[in-house]
This record gives sequence, C-alpha cells and structure tokens, in this order.
Amino acid sequence: MRIESLREAYGKTLVEIGRRNKDVVVLEADLGKSTRSCLFQEAYPDRYFEMGIAEQNMASTAAGLALVGKIPFIHSFAVFAAGRAYDQIRQAISIPGLNVRICGSSCGLSDFGDGSTHQAIDDVALMRAIPNMTVLVPVDAVEVKKMVEAMVECKGPVYIRINRNDLPVYTPEDLEYSIGRMYTVREGRDVVVFANGVMVSKAMEAAEVLQEEGISIEVVNVSTVKPLDVEGLVEKVRCFKGAVVAEEHSIIGGLCSAVAVALEERKVNIPLEFVAVEDKFGTSASNYEDLLKHYGLTSESIYNKVKNLLREAF
Amino acid sequence: MESNELIKYLERKALKLRYHILEMIGVGKTGHLGGSSSCAEIVATFYFYWMKLNPNNPNDPERDRFLLSKGHAALVQYAALAELGYFPVEELKKVKTLGSMLQGHPDMKSTPGVEANTGSLGQGLSIALGMALGLRLDGRGSRVYVILGDGELAEGQVWEAAMAASHYKVDNLVAIVDKNGIQATGPVEERLSSDPLAPKWSAFGWHVIEINGHSIEEILNALKEADSIKGQPTVIIAHTIKGKGFSFAENNAAFHNGALTQEQYLIAKDELERLMQGGERNEN
Repeated sequence: MRIESLREAYGKTLVEIGRRNKDVVVLEADLGKSTRSCLFQEAYPDRYFEMGIAEQNMASTAAGLALVGKIPFIHSFAVFAAGRAYDQIRQAISIPGLNVRICGSSCGLSDFGDGSTHQAIDDVALMRAIPNMTVLVPVDAVEVKKMVEAMVECKGPVYIRINRNDLPVYTPEDLEYSIGRMYTVREGRDVVVFANGVMVSKAMEAAEVLQEEGISIEVVNVSTVKPLDVEGLVEKVRCFKGAVVAEEHSIIGGLCSAVAVALEERKVNIPLEFVAVEDKFGTSASNYEDLLKHYGLTSESIYNKVKNLLREAF
Repeated sequence: MESNELIKYLERKALKLRYHILEMIGVGKTGHLGGSSSCAEIVATFYFYWMKLNPNNPNDPERDRFLLSKGHAALVQYAALAELGYFPVEELKKVKTLGSMLQGHPDMKSTPGVEANTGSLGQGLSIALGMALGLRLDGRGSRVYVILGDGELAEGQVWEAAMAASHYKVDNLVAIVDKNGIQATGPVEERLSSDPLAPKWSAFGWHVIEINGHSIEEILNALKEADSIKGQPTVIIAHTIKGKGFSFAENNAAFHNGALTQEQYLIAKDELERLMQGGERNEN
C-alpha cells in the first residue's frame, strides 16, 4: 500500500493552480511550513500574504480580496482556522457567499503530540452549520490534488481539512473527481461503511479481516460532507443490511450526524452504527495510532460495529 | 464647484441624509439614529463628491470602495445610495422589513452599492485591507475607505488589521474613526476607553489626521492629505456628536438604537426642515 503526505500534495497543488490562475492568492497565519503553503510562497511571493498569528484578520482580509475578484486560500491548523476565525468566516465570507477557500490543516487528532488545544474534533460541525459552505474531508494525497483543483472553480466558500500524517492512497489517479459525490473504495454485499479521512483506511482494514470470516463489506469515501450526496447515499444503503458511519471527528455535527439526518429525512429504514469521537476533547499522545486507539477510531471498532449490525439483522 | 458652494452643497446633502434617517426610523420603531447621524457629513462627502462611483454600474471595477465597518449605521448609507439612484427612494420605507432589500446591517447581496457584509464589529478594516491589497495587485487606482466606530475599537481584530495594513505599506486605504464617544450602553470612556487614539494609530504605523467630523471643510482637507500619503495607511479621527442634528438625541446613548415618540419625531422633522429650507427651499 502506497503511503503519501496529504499536506505535501496540498502545497504542490496550490502552486500548480497558482501557475494556471493568477487570481489565486494565499494567506497564511504563521504555519506555512506545516500547512505547506510555504511552497506557494517560494513560487509566487507577490501573491502570498503572511498575516502573522492573526487568524481573524486573515479570514476577513481574504473576504476583501475575494470582493475584488481574487480566489484566496487561507491557512492554519483546523482548530484555529475553523474555531478562532469562526465569526469572520460566518459573517464576512459566508453570508455573501464569497469565494474564499479555508484550509484547516493538522485536522482531527493528527497533531497527536500537541493535545486538546491543537486537535480539531469539532471543525466539520462548525463549518457544516454555516449556510453556503462546502465541507471537504479528503482521504488521501491523490484526492487532495483533485479536490484542490476542483476548489478553484467552486462557487462560494469551501472548507477543506487536511491530515498532518501520511496516509494510504486509495484514490485512483484517473478518477474523475467532482465535489459533492461519494466514491466507492471497495465493493461488498453485506454492510456498507461510510467514512472519510483516515477512517477510510480503518474501514479497509476491518473489511479485510471480515472478508476472512465470509462477511463482505463495502467501503464508501464520503469526502464531501456538505453538500452531502443524499441521492447516492439513499441509493447505496438500499443494497445493505446495515451501515456504519466512521469519522475522525466528534459524533456531534459531523458526517455521522449528516448521514443520520439525511436517511431519516428520506425515511430510509436501515440499522446504523457510528464510529466517532465521543463528546470529549483531545489529548496528547506519543504517536497518532495510539491516540486514534484511545478514542476508539480503529479498525476493531468498525469490525465490532459491523458484527453488531449483523447480529441485529439476523 | 467653488469651495464655499461645494461645502454648502454637501452640508445640505448631510441634512437630506438625516431627513431620510428620520423617515426610516419613524415613530415607535427602533433604529440606529445616533451612530447614523454622527457620520452624516462624512458619508455625504464621500458619496456626493469625493469617491469615484458609477451608480449605473455599481460593480464598475474602477470605482472607489466604501465600507461601513460600524454596520449598524446602515441607515445613513442607504439614504446616500437611494439619493444617488442605486435603488428607488421608496425602498427606504421598507428598511428592516421581511423581504426588503435593506437589511438591518449592510448586506451586499441584497443592496446595490453595498460592498460587503459588515456589522459584526471589528471586521470592516480587515475586509478593506483585503480589497486594498487586491486592487494594488491588479494595479488599479481605486481607493478603499472604511468608517469605524470608536466603541468598535475594543475589538482586537481592528488592531490586527492595523498592524497588517502598515506591515504591507498599504496606501490606498483610509480608515475614518467616527469618534462620537458613545457606544450602545453609554460613554466609551466608561466602558473600555480607547484613548489616546492618535498615538495608538501612530504607533501602529498609520498616518494620523484629527478633524471635526461635522466640518465638511475639514473632511475635504483630510481626504486630500490622505491621498498624498505614500507608503503607509491613513486614519482620520473624526470627532463627532452622537445623534448630531436631532436636539434631544445628541450625546444621548438612549438613541444608539432607540425608538422615537410621535412628539420627538415631529420635533426632529421640524428642526431638519427649518435647516433644509435655510439651505435650499425646494430640496424636498
């Protein structure tokens, strides 16, 4: 399995879209070496604005740049991009639906050492709640590249959360990607797992183990959390005995909530299980895997949820 | 226009803006009278003389930009835009009602001529900075003007933007502080004092000009001076009176967002009409 850096792919794609489109500008809040926006700075210094450790000003300044026709990409860790600058994103950017792209880097628990202050378990919920906002959670480096390219053309504000750690690549290089669709990563017959980000790889691991027990799992990458591909979701679940939703985020307000509400609204009756961070803050750990395990974001959790569903189904 | 004639013309326009503000607030409905009227001369000078504008094409890329960071003063901007024909004057009556193009705070998607969504205080200077940076990148000569309230200066983001504007040596950006001394619940001085203002802005790298914000002559001179400053942004600290032009509301925090009684409405109307007739009989 090929492992690649999402943020490196992000930074390189930013340079590529900047080469093609002179309206692309980049704003950074002193984390360019982590977010990899520094690559854009090297390539196009006149279109790169280091705003210092001032996320609120960065977000509203980006609104101003968008108002004169620019396509600003703003950067920080997800916890600060979505949290510290929430009001600015809501008021100045989203109410008028401006073309600002918000990159929340080192998302979820991926900044494992830095603890609760630096771990974003609520960013998707915050951004999802804002009307006009598109919310993207890429699974791997290849999808990051396709997403960032699509973000240039997208109308209105877009939030993308980027994992700090290298992750397995599932997205085919030749996938025809578009925002708002879900992508089947593995086909199966019994239970479907809707996941995004790092949880897709956990679902794939669980599927391998379950395969040995004769249980067939479909894994779907729901990388666009908003607007959710409701038609795709409804069509998909009809073929399965149950569904697991898995995300590296609080169970409140993210993909789990989005899927549950969408299915209920459409009166689709299917047993659901969730794998997500319970209503808790993050904490420091010495490595990413330990932390994911601490919060139950593992292939074992998904395995157990699948077993629960099948017990209920028979 | 001769300068004395120009000053008289803009003074009459400021009165006209106050007249529209009064009509929009009417009787028994709350409205931001105080902070709208304190910047009436400044807004009149911008819209009726100073700025490059094109009411027939509100999105003309060569236009100057005007932002009300103190978005609660939207009434004064709506009055100016209506007078200039961005939308019919009749729309003013519908302000803040369901379906109206005139929202409680400036909304660029609803109102022709409004440049951004402001009103969550402390953000306008940052938005203006972004516009100024973008216009500079494109090599456009347009300038960006933004009015802030003095109570608003308690928002930390204002000072983030102030730092960034001087860091980037942005000289196509002019901030005006409408220093009327009163915020929603009382005197700024007793809430969170922002004084001394001039040394603060100066320390943040801005060229500072202090004026009487009700003197058209001083406003014009300050704007001329601001245009000549290169390599740094300019702030005009405009000393003003909250509720200016409405005798019972002047320096009275109750009219930050208060309602008028029938009696107050008639007094205000009478006062304004006398002044307007003194200037130009058929203005109305």
